[in-house]
Amino acid sequence: MHFGPVRAVDGVSLRIERGRVLALVGESGSGKSTVGRCVVRLLAPTSGTVRLAGTDVTHLSRRALRPHRREVSIVFQDPASSLDPRLSVGDIVGEPLRLLGLASSRRERETRVGDALEQVGLRRQVAQRYPHEMSGGQRQRVSIARALVSSPRLLVADEPTSALDVSVQASVLNLLADLQRDLGFACLFITHDLSAVEYLADEVAVMYLGTLVEQGSREAVFDSPSHPYTQALLSAAPLANPREQRARRRVLLSGEIPSPTAPPPGCRFHTRCPVAVERCRTEVPLLRTTALGQVACHLVADDGSGPDVRQQQPVPVGEG
Amino acid sequence: MTAQGEPVLTVRDLRVTFRTDDGPVSAVDSVSFDVRPGEVLAVVGESGCGKSVTAMSIAGLLPPSATVTGSVRLRDQELVGAPEPTLRRVRGAEVAYVFQEPMTSLNPVFTVGSQITETLRIHQKLSRKQALARAVELLALVGIPSPASRVGAYPHQFSGGMRQRVMIAMALACDPAVLVADEPTTALDVTVQAAVLDLLRDLGTRLGTAIVLITHDLGVVADIADRVLVMYAGRVVETGPTQELFDAPRHHYTLGLLGAVPTAGRRAAGGRLQEIPGLVPVLHEQPDACTFAERCPAADEQCRAGAPALEPRDTDPTTHRAACWHPADALLTKGR
Repeated sequence: MHFGPVRAVDGVSLRIERGRVLALVGESGSGKSTVGRCVVRLLAPTSGTVRLAGTDVTHLSRRALRPHRREVSIVFQDPASSLDPRLSVGDIVGEPLRLLGLASSRRERETRVGDALEQVGLRRQVAQRYPHEMSGGQRQRVSIARALVSSPRLLVADEPTSALDVSVQASVLNLLADLQRDLGFACLFITHDLSAVEYLADEVAVMYLGTLVEQGSREAVFDSPSHPYTQALLSAAPLANPREQRARRRVLLSGEIPSPTAPPPGCRFHTRCPVAVERCRTEVPLLRTTALGQVACHLVADDGSGPDVRQQQPVPVGEG
Repeated sequence: MTAQGEPVLTVRDLRVTFRTDDGPVSAVDSVSFDVRPGEVLAVVGESGCGKSVTAMSIAGLLPPSATVTGSVRLRDQELVGAPEPTLRRVRGAEVAYVFQEPMTSLNPVFTVGSQITETLRIHQKLSRKQALARAVELLALVGIPSPASRVGAYPHQFSGGMRQRVMIAMALACDPAVLVADEPTTALDVTVQAAVLDLLRDLGTRLGTAIVLITHDLGVVADIADRVLVMYAGRVVETGPTQELFDAPRHHYTLGLLGAVPTAGRRAAGGRLQEIPGLVPVLHEQPDACTFAERCPAADEQCRAGAPALEPRDTDPTTHRAACWHPADALLTKGR
């Protein structure tokens, strides 16, 4: 048994430009949600900084943090557990306004709550209702209204559609895309759903076992992934198109994601990487800039060229 | 693709009603399908469509509050209304299940070996030693590394993907004719999901196991299903070979589902994901009308006045059928 500190996130640097959507992608245990929680200061990082429009908010006291709270909001995966069942929808959405002192009167608060509800496609009257009276999709709209009522500059959306049915997922993704375009907030979109990423994101960052392995524009990451893990991840996500899906070749990674309590030395992916060499077992690859984006892999050259594990190990998806 | 011969499982006019405090709730209504050896049939739909209830009713796993009518035949044996001892012989031996969450399906205080051998000792009356040897074989079959030493490990010593492999090994212990897999990869990461799907496909091919795959994930369907059954509000709204159904969906609900999945370039091209307005109804009794009518863009009076039957396209000799008065393909032809 091992008890001790777990380095859930190790040396991750991200930068989200005003009004852009950065998707943070990874599988369970990759540390993507921990990064999201550090950004909204639900967690304080052990080391490193979080800067918001130039201000270092990493170690601000609760009081000093307050003016910054309205700038960053978060939407969680499961609206059933992130909405207080004993508060009405109006109180839930109005709570940030009340706590941050953003509305001068009760009437102003009610008006802004109503506006926020309409913004997410709900009727104003919904304010009188309680979360249990609503469907999963409506509840997630309430979470989005609560997150946006303070007009934040950055929205952290942590798997906002993963608990929803496909058709409801579509309406929430459409809503997020519309709101982001109309209101112009920046968005850190944390997800494991690669198809949603391709639909929503401007930029993509891929995490594996607490480290960033690749980052770049959506086109660069999806069309020409450099890191062997990104290549494997993209090839593993099934496409909802039988002909394309069965014609694809996918990389089967051996083993599973190691425990973050004892990450492998060198490149953390080397235990599962089909093209790992000796250097990968000992030397930690740094994230560096190539012609295509940023990648942390010894085998990728500065012009972005490198091994394509999808060619190295052809495994036809269907039996033919 | 690999399916051959007579159906091993035949379901006809299956209906399931639950008694609840708010009155009866109709969960499954006149569902019929066949599965042949080696075939993967995907049952697709969103929460509340009745897909899991259909799966559970195959081997009589529903609680006493459920009333099941219709017919579920395993080869020549009728399972609906069969006495409990008969069902107990069938479960695990001829119809086996794999559920979504391996951690809640495995008993944490027994080794995986003892959980696999339990089935073997009950159904096949193997000795402890023979059963253990077979358990090691099964773990090897589902791709668990060093199975001889892992057979003595406890569930918590396995990762999520490996636990799901253990569940599949347990399900295959008695070489079942039918494997019912209810969202088997939903709790897994995509790279692990890919491996488990490959394993399931391989089992169908190698052992001739018929697989009923319950899923909400159209990517999974596209990957491994031979045929698809789309369910909505307890009824089958469309069924057909996977490729055909994806290429030319006929029911507006299927069309909506396929349009709701984000794909590359849809937003870049100015497109939006298709939304299906409204909610899945909770039905106390099945109406004599199309249950999707309230949410359907093509619905008219006819749809509200009578339930459409599951019909093939008139010119189409295949088994692609939809329960719709105004199927999407007919509209397309008219539009041209």
